[in-house]
Amino acid sequence: MRFGALRILKEGLTGNRGWGPHWRDPEPKPAYDIVIIGGGGHGLATAFYLAREHGLTNVAVLEKGYIGGGNVGRNTTIVRANYFLPGNSEFYSHSLKLWERMESDLNYNVMHSQRGIINLFHSDGQRDAIVRRGNAMINQGDDAILLDREALRKKLPYLNFDSGRFPIHGGLYHPRGGTARHDAVAWGFARGASDRGVDIIQNCEVTGIDTEAGRVTGVQTTRGAIRARKVAIVTAGRSGQVASLAGLRLPIESHVLQAFVTEGLKPVIDNVVTFGMGHFYISQSDKGGLVFGGDLDFYPSYAQRGNLPTVEHVMEAGMTLMPMIGRARVLRSWGGIMDMTPDGSPIIDKAPVEGLYLDCGWCYGGFKAVPGSGFALAHLLATDRPHDSAAGFRLDRFETGRGLMDEEGKGAQHNLH
Amino acid sequence: MRLTCPHCGERDLREFTYGGAALTRPEGDWSPIWDEYVHLRENPAGRSREFWQHGAGCSAWLVVERDTVTHDIHAVTEAGA
Amino acid sequence: MRLGQGGLVDRDRHLGFRFDGHAYEGLEGDTLASALLANGIRLVGRSFKYHRPRGILTAGSEEPNALVTLGRGAAQEPNARATTVELRQGLEARPQNAWPSLGVDALAVNDLLSPFLSAGFYYKTFMGPHRIWERVFEPAIRRAAGLGRLSQEVADLQFEKAFAFCDLLVIGAGPAGLMAALTAGEAGADVILADEDFLPGGRLNAEREEVGGRSGAGWAAEAVTRLEAMPNVRIMSRTAVTGVYDQGTYGALQKHPAAAGRPEETFWRIVARRAVLAAGAIERPVALANNDRPGVMLAGAVRSYLNRYAVAPGRRAVVFGASDEARRTAADLRRAGVHVAALVDARERAETSDFATYAGATVERVLGREVEGVAIRLGNGREERVQADLLAMSGGWNPNVHLSCHLNGRPVWDESLSAFLPAPGAVPGLIPAGSCNGAVTTAACLAAGREAAARALEDLGLKATAPDLPEAEDRDPQARPIWVVPGKGRKWVDFQNDVTTKDIELAARENFRSVEHMKRYTTQGMATDQGKTGGVTALSILADATGRSIPETGTTTYRPPYAPIQIAALGAGGEGRGFAAERFTAAHPVHLAMGAPMVEAGLWFRPSYYPRTGEKTWRQACDREALMVRETVGVCDVSTLGKIDVQGPDAAAFLDFVYSNTMSTLKQGKVRYGLMLREDGHIMDDGTCARIGPDHYLVSTTTAAAGEVMRHMEFAAQVLRPELDVHLVSVTEQWAQTAIAGPESRDLLNEVLDSPLDPGTWPFMACGAVTVGGVPARLFRISFSGEHAYEIAVPARYGESLFRQLVARAEARGGGAYGMEALNVLRIEKGLLTHAELDGRTTAFDLNLSGMMSKKKDFVGRAAAGRAGLLADDRPRLVGIRPVGAVRQLTAGAFLFDPETESTRENAQGTVSSVAFSPTLGHFIGLALLKEGPERHGETVRMVDHLRRVSTLCEVCDPAFFDPAGGRARD
Repeated sequence: MRFGALRILKEGLTGNRGWGPHWRDPEPKPAYDIVIIGGGGHGLATAFYLAREHGLTNVAVLEKGYIGGGNVGRNTTIVRANYFLPGNSEFYSHSLKLWERMESDLNYNVMHSQRGIINLFHSDGQRDAIVRRGNAMINQGDDAILLDREALRKKLPYLNFDSGRFPIHGGLYHPRGGTARHDAVAWGFARGASDRGVDIIQNCEVTGIDTEAGRVTGVQTTRGAIRARKVAIVTAGRSGQVASLAGLRLPIESHVLQAFVTEGLKPVIDNVVTFGMGHFYISQSDKGGLVFGGDLDFYPSYAQRGNLPTVEHVMEAGMTLMPMIGRARVLRSWGGIMDMTPDGSPIIDKAPVEGLYLDCGWCYGGFKAVPGSGFALAHLLATDRPHDSAAGFRLDRFETGRGLMDEEGKGAQHNLH
Repeated sequence: MRLTCPHCGERDLREFTYGGAALTRPEGDWSPIWDEYVHLRENPAGRSREFWQHGAGCSAWLVVERDTVTHDIHAVTEAGA
Repeated sequence: MRLGQGGLVDRDRHLGFRFDGHAYEGLEGDTLASALLANGIRLVGRSFKYHRPRGILTAGSEEPNALVTLGRGAAQEPNARATTVELRQGLEARPQNAWPSLGVDALAVNDLLSPFLSAGFYYKTFMGPHRIWERVFEPAIRRAAGLGRLSQEVADLQFEKAFAFCDLLVIGAGPAGLMAALTAGEAGADVILADEDFLPGGRLNAEREEVGGRSGAGWAAEAVTRLEAMPNVRIMSRTAVTGVYDQGTYGALQKHPAAAGRPEETFWRIVARRAVLAAGAIERPVALANNDRPGVMLAGAVRSYLNRYAVAPGRRAVVFGASDEARRTAADLRRAGVHVAALVDARERAETSDFATYAGATVERVLGREVEGVAIRLGNGREERVQADLLAMSGGWNPNVHLSCHLNGRPVWDESLSAFLPAPGAVPGLIPAGSCNGAVTTAACLAAGREAAARALEDLGLKATAPDLPEAEDRDPQARPIWVVPGKGRKWVDFQNDVTTKDIELAARENFRSVEHMKRYTTQGMATDQGKTGGVTALSILADATGRSIPETGTTTYRPPYAPIQIAALGAGGEGRGFAAERFTAAHPVHLAMGAPMVEAGLWFRPSYYPRTGEKTWRQACDREALMVRETVGVCDVSTLGKIDVQGPDAAAFLDFVYSNTMSTLKQGKVRYGLMLREDGHIMDDGTCARIGPDHYLVSTTTAAAGEVMRHMEFAAQVLRPELDVHLVSVTEQWAQTAIAGPESRDLLNEVLDSPLDPGTWPFMACGAVTVGGVPARLFRISFSGEHAYEIAVPARYGESLFRQLVARAEARGGGAYGMEALNVLRIEKGLLTHAELDGRTTAFDLNLSGMMSKKKDFVGRAAAGRAGLLADDRPRLVGIRPVGAVRQLTAGAFLFDPETESTRENAQGTVSSVAFSPTLGHFIGLALLKEGPERHGETVRMVDHLRRVSTLCEVCDPAFFDPAGGRARD
């Protein structure tokens, strides 16, 4: 069924009785060409692009719970392409281009809103680092504008320019950055993949990965064994547990990142604003809630919840940066499980087991990567060659030291990225 | 979260800093064993052994046995002991 | 209408307030909601999506409808629940989300368009060109959405945070909570009793019920009096426990009555060894057609308004429920003089009474824009209409399990109660009691509170002297749940977000069958009340639509906070400069007195430059200061650099392990430049290391990395090399350190030293003890400028005085103080490094420091630095650059390209890390990381800074621009 205004009109006049499932709920078949473990944004996008770009539809997405129940449904919805290291730069650039055509590709309104992202800087040193970032973005063909204090004051008059702890010197403006309705991204890709013949199987937990003579032959699940020629692990937040089913150990530590939303308010923050000194970022959703977050809680956790020290630090950062939000009430807090890697950058690569593929280690940048990751993994699964945009996301870069992408310069301590 | 420092007693999370999985440093030149130490992680969903420092207290580095799913603390001992 | 008598309001204390521009009067003890009802106001708000007119539904913090904006200007507070706002003199409240007025709201047209605005409609349209979405649809949606408005004005907000500790935290001061607090208090436990309301007592204040032979409210008041007399019990009214965290940590928000000098709110971190959850239950509405009309109210709320506030919320009422409570509601109404037009009891065997009772019947529909009547569907299928202006309805009660689920516990369905209850052990140390745990009578609540406290006391090792239970109502009301009434029309489930039963059914049809999908697709439960009233009803509808039971359908996740918290409370103390500590050096007042702009360096503040009369730009001052150092003498406050005192028999061996180069061979009285790596082989920090005794070293770190280096060294000492006998202590704050640099530095120094330096015993990189005015000091002959230079350290209390003296004497010689800008110029002229180059991604190899990687010993980072990828020729490596094109400017953050290639990512050859204008050389100089850099000295590259629109040709050169042989520092 094609969605559109006319369809809504017709359904509205006939009691909304004609709407059907956005995606099918089939029984698992005994065998598929490709099994994707994980029905999150990345897994569903992979399935969609396998079908659309490569004509591969004998594909199943296996989801332990409900689709979109992981990080794609619990993030701060930011979409951007503002990385500066080779490897990351081209990938996020490509991903943003896919975002820009996602709604027409999917016939689904994911409310991608390019409202612009502004990264603030507070010292000359930070300015130079941010200029380097902006120059890298332009080298890559993306957009970046350096805003001085006065330009910033016009754009974000509500910032505390004069009495904050860290004076605001300016910002890097990325006009094509923005936000999207996170859940809709998962649903849209699910619908697109399902319509093209991919089986999306919920409530189907993978309990084993079958191999024969060093080759993957299929998976064991709570809904029976499923054979497959190729298996992709796309289970951010549980990457290590699933990979261990194939005897692998990953360069990943799982950490909790909390996020917050306030009660609905009339529009007051138009852009996405990030405050590096306070590890604070904020935007306002179309519903009116201020959506914001900060740094990791810093200890490994699978609990999808955090503790008060980080909560308070995030709120304190908000108060020093934009005290006008003080009267907004925090309505809900939640936590996502972040696959933290030693250099803060992800992995899309073949695993050391033939026929097994990995897409993991997104740290806290996974949401904006959804289409790019799906596209690149689909390419790798279909052709056994990395896509140009993701050629840097090699698993062996840690062991060799070649091609590390440490944007934060924090080194191999997983939680510091 | 609260941890019980063997020197200082029960204290709030904000006095402590997590410092990575409690692993043993290898010796010699770079090798797969070093890769495991620096990069690869067991990353258990359950009981884990971790280094923490009581930085806002006695500065002691501790080994904390903790559950990463429930956040239960099972044991805190001095790392160097 | 205010009743002539009764209630827990003070009839002698009249409070004037304003709502929607009109003046009204209420009484002390009122909430804004009860005061509005007392004044006959029924329409108080508009819903989120359809802008439907709304009245007051509840009498608690779960209120979805009656949201108002309080105050103006900086005090403006959007989305306040009228049902929890304590009335005070002069309170000003305004309706929100309505334009042009509450009565006539233009966006109410949405209600007419509702067939086209069903759940998730926006995912299916507005997919046109991006520009139209962003410029037309989205702004329109954003303007229509949202509730109240932030004023965007800022004033001195008075909020605070605090810690509290107790043996037992009792959450809720209803019958169960009061009984638990009494039990634990009498046993001598440290008790905190936290209650959201401003009047403890919970439902005891709302019901006409006897407890211990007196009114329930009277018993509660007496219990509070008893508790107040116990020094070990702290009663915290107006305090909502908002979140449960690990190891018995609870978040709680306390509101304070307005008073000068008192904060508005305190956010508490309460650490409790045990807790009793006595959070009560929340009544749920019945999903029936037009159940959202002003004049429809929950039956329990009706009783609250009648009995606690002495307010009749209508004149002619219909009561609808399926429990003996319905008759209680009817009786309370009649006693207050409200005509009960019908008592509709969905149970076939309704209690007999002298009310006009409709047994086995349902209220199917509400009539009128505000309630004018109801349509009753009788058991025999006939419809009967009854006039009324108030519908008091109850679908049953949902135990308030919220807090029991904050540590990922899932509530457990109890079929006999048709309710979710807290899972046993869901929160370690938290014992649920009373109606939140399924008790349905006051007597059961009292008993449960006492029992829960006794269990907690046993855990705590305290002996309970269980107080007697007062006699109380113990008749089971024989409740039967009513979720949805069959029949046509829109039936609201989530009142604020305008989610109806049809939306949930549609979601199920569209395969949003998981409860989380249904929630996210319909927005059910995502409003300000987080589904407190409608959540379980929504589950029942989804269960029906998907052919599952309610427990199979499951709940969504309960997450903190239980009740929303202003950011100003959670972030109290962060506003303004409070966000981070401010660290000032001893000489800070001197810098300020000299007019130096201070800049942040980590948490420290350092002088940027010292402007002099006639200088118009920072560059003029910076050039003068740099030249001054090169020509005469300059004085610089370097106290912020980290200083770590290292002592012990194994200090030398330890430093050999943490530095990549060797420190054990350093002679006493000498200083060496050192490099520390992270275990991953990249540079962590650089600095000097001075050996000031056989087993005594002083390590200096960069300002920014001081904390990290200290932590790292402690890890190395305690964990990696525990066998070494070495002790570390940070002495950064204990010593004030000043650099004296320039050809006349020794002469200047000799002016202040008690005995002049013997040039023969003070060669470059020497260190030792000296005295200044009798004060023991440490002197280091080290240089970050390339000049003959010293750093002198005195105990911090003498720092200001020494710095002042040195500046004055330097000025007398034609020199003076220099700041960070000049320091940066001087070090770039020498090709020395800061964190612009030591950016966490570079290696010793990259910075041409491979020689500092000892091959003779193990050290942190040695193995990893040996990885092939970290020694690859094509890595960007340190070089100098100077402009040779028409444009003579360099900028940091620019990229380098071969002159003939385009400036794209693929062609990038390197980046510029630091630049300065060198007054000594008369042109810009820069440090850069360039692929194969050291092999390319003499080549021309193009520097491009897109952002600053600067592009120039540069010559690649050695990074040491000035005095590369280093003679000036040594001589």
